[in-house]
Amino acid sequence: MQYMLIYRETQQAFDVRNDPANAPAYWGAWKAYIGALSGAGVMVSGNGLQPPETATTVRVRQDKREVQDGPFPDTREHLGGYVVIEVPSLDDALTWAARSPNVTTGSTEVRPVLPPLPGPQD
Amino acid sequence: MHSPAGWDAAERAARESYGRLVAWLAFRWRDLAGAEDALSEAFLAALTRWPRDGVPEVPDARLLAAARNNLRQRARRVRVEQSPAVQALLQDEAEVPAAAEIPDHRLNLMLVCAHSALPQRVHAPLMLQAVLGLDAKDIAGAFLASPSAMAQRLVRAKAKLRDAAVRYEVPEARERPARMSAVLDAIYGAYGIGTNVAVNGLDGGAGGTWFELTREALFLGALVAHLLPDNAEASGLLALMRHCEARRPAQFDAGGRFVPLVQQDTTLWDRALMAAAEAALLQAAGLRQPGHFQLEAAIQSAHSQRAFTGHTPWPAIAALYAALVEHFPSTGALIGCAVARAEAGDNAGGLRMLGALASDEVAGYQPYWIALAYLSGRNGQGDASRRALERALGLTADERIRRYLQTVAATGRWIW
Repeated sequence: MQYMLIYRETQQAFDVRNDPANAPAYWGAWKAYIGALSGAGVMVSGNGLQPPETATTVRVRQDKREVQDGPFPDTREHLGGYVVIEVPSLDDALTWAARSPNVTTGSTEVRPVLPPLPGPQD
Repeated sequence: MHSPAGWDAAERAARESYGRLVAWLAFRWRDLAGAEDALSEAFLAALTRWPRDGVPEVPDARLLAAARNNLRQRARRVRVEQSPAVQALLQDEAEVPAAAEIPDHRLNLMLVCAHSALPQRVHAPLMLQAVLGLDAKDIAGAFLASPSAMAQRLVRAKAKLRDAAVRYEVPEARERPARMSAVLDAIYGAYGIGTNVAVNGLDGGAGGTWFELTREALFLGALVAHLLPDNAEASGLLALMRHCEARRPAQFDAGGRFVPLVQQDTTLWDRALMAAAEAALLQAAGLRQPGHFQLEAAIQSAHSQRAFTGHTPWPAIAALYAALVEHFPSTGALIGCAVARAEAGDNAGGLRMLGALASDEVAGYQPYWIALAYLSGRNGQGDASRRALERALGLTADERIRRYLQTVAATGRWIW
């Protein structure tokens, strides 16, 4: 089964990325975690993301296009990155979620990946 | 009402009575879910009331009477079809047993919970629910499962026990050792989860229950050892858990940082618990039935000697591990053995043992990578050590251990 692990981080965690005293431990923990995912052979794909203030959000409502700086909506936690992993069960996916460095302050959501949608010839 | 020190006496009494009654009814009715349903309201009321108003003089009888009252009132209010089990409880009035006469079926209930017809992963959760009345949500958190999946697993397991007509009888003597070892494994599994991950202090859900998995495992372990005084492994398991538990106050320093065993302040170790552990180990030894829990307890007993002599007897520990690996091999035992061997002076031998482990078996197993980092570092293989340490770091779920490993990575030192 493929699951997406969606890592949410607090603003404080994003701030740590640029804090010279604590940034090495922050990046070190993520590097080790992603390395362990690869080492265990479960990693399918994934990316870390730039902080939420770099986001631009687009919506179209009643034929009117709205473009706004920053993410939508305002929440305490923001998407910091994601991976897709291939593991036998939800239990295994949760084990990996519990190891992600953000869970002590943010959260990690685990979602099963949809199987590919049937194509026109199917 | 709930303190981080664990359950108060009233809550403990309520759970004690609940477990006894669930076990008793489950065996009378051959239906665990039915027994739990019948008692659930009365039990929740007891959890709230007893800590406030005091524990009744005959707790079992009181809980049973309250369960009956609830059922009767509900039957009057709604003329729903009652299950045969509930009917039986209402008609059973003539034979309300006095508290002391209710036979203690909790051990047999644990044997049913660890039945080979059920998947192993449900053994411990089912025991915690049936014997201690913990709710599925709390159990799910401890075992890192989704709450809905855990609830479903528990329901399925109980249905299977009922439908497959799993015998609610006491197992025959010849199948008892195998069945007992499943019970002991489940208890130790629960204890290990409680110590490995930061699940202690779990805040429960709607029921407001609060529990420490390690304490509950210790309670079940003591119960089994008490009910089965002639089972050496039951006492061995109890000794093992007590030794580990005795050291937990020293495992993390005031700043919440992990402290490795050899560096722990032994004055923080719980002497009463250590003595109780030794007593259990002595009782086990007297029965002359060797087993892996007793060997593991003996290893922990050897570690505890540092509290009295000031040093760890590594050669003795390595010898005990060698016996463990020879008779009861497991990945965890092999890794412990490798480290003990290195500490006893044979670092290369320890590294060879680690090298012999199958790579797919250890890919996601954090203790292996910690041991590899430690032993290769002592062998002067700095790069290999750093790589293994990073792998261990990525496999760590406990923030306090993550910080410890980060300090090791930054300083190159394991103790300071």
